Amino acid sequence: MTPAPSGSLLAATGLRKAYGPTTALDGADFSVHPGEIVAVMGPSGSGKSTLLHCLAGIIRPDAGSVRYGARKLSELSDAERSALRRGEFGFVFQFGQLVPELTCVENVALPLRLGGVRRKEAEQQAMRWLERLEVAGVRGKRPGEVSGGQGQRVAVARALVTTPRVIFADEPTGALDSLNGERVMELLTEAARDTRAAVVLVTHEARVAAYSDREVVVRDGRARDMAGARL
Amino acid sequence: MSIGHTLLALLESGPRHGYDLKRAFDARFGHDRPLHYGQVYATMSRLLKNGLVEVDGVEQGDGPERKRYAITDAGVTDVAHWLAQPEKPEPYLQSVLYTKVVVALLTGRDADGLLDAQRAEHLRLMRELTRRKTGGDLADQLICDHALFHLEADLRWLEMTAARLDQLATAVRS
Repeated sequence: MTPAPSGSLLAATGLRKAYGPTTALDGADFSVHPGEIVAVMGPSGSGKSTLLHCLAGIIRPDAGSVRYGARKLSELSDAERSALRRGEFGFVFQFGQLVPELTCVENVALPLRLGGVRRKEAEQQAMRWLERLEVAGVRGKRPGEVSGGQGQRVAVARALVTTPRVIFADEPTGALDSLNGERVMELLTEAARDTRAAVVLVTHEARVAAYSDREVVVRDGRARDMAGARL
Repeated sequence: MSIGHTLLALLESGPRHGYDLKRAFDARFGHDRPLHYGQVYATMSRLLKNGLVEVDGVEQGDGPERKRYAITDAGVTDVAHWLAQPEKPEPYLQSVLYTKVVVALLTGRDADGLLDAQRAEHLRLMRELTRRKTGGDLADQLICDHALFHLEADLRWLEMTAARLDQLATAVRS
């Protein structure tokens, strides 16, 4: 276990997680600074998504700790962790996971509404993000009525609408063709840099990882910082 | 790249001086490597000798005389033939990377570390190209994409090799 680098916004040390007899994480360390985009790469089943879920407080590691700012996630109550995920973290997954019954603008406004923002104000902010993500035209449509690329941009807008300090993106372009995938990455990274949000980007595609500032590779449940990869 | 064919093709829209040809070439194709004047004039002399261009006029100025070149019918046919001919795909069988991995294994050095260092270097270049692409025009984007797809193919090979390193070690040491 190595100590978390100073100045990091989110840092994990010595994470272990097993699912029954299968070890997913075996002493993984990780850190990300404000405004930094870190790609998490590695073969299928190496523990990339488990690492992301532990960092985001979605699952509890068996051992090790995750620190966000001055707080340890393990010391927060479920309600506090939920509040953190809603207010300070943003999520983009491979499949948008939009609420099918809501329109696109309502989907984007949802995190704000859950945080107590009034409908009109929430939808105005949501519209600004839809415009920025170049999908203002789908505002009144339901997720089932838009293309995969448009749906993923709506999902990115939803992740950004609360101006989160950390964005977790798990294979955000995995279901898109190359052109749409690249545009989503351009828009996501540009918005993150503008708002100084940190991004934890899980991907197995090198061309997606190339949008990051550095990459860590997860192999056999351990994360290795490739900036230090020298002979 | 066939500089001769490219310069010939640039003449299809009308006669040009050698200097204009260089500028037109550099603007479209010389992103990392602009042409030297010497290359342009040597190429034009060869094309002239082979009857693919002709001198359309000569201007006398303060400096050396400036020839204006025009493409001939034979030159147009030559460009058409070049475009119609598919490029031979690279076989990529003489891989320095493969050789280095095998040598590392044969001599008991850290092949894993070698692959990691190579991977980091590939990604560094991919980042640089991605930045250039993001801020560039369509030509930049297409040129960078071509390089990025090739680098990505290398990276996939590096990952496959890392996953099969134990197997390869056994094979080369037996």
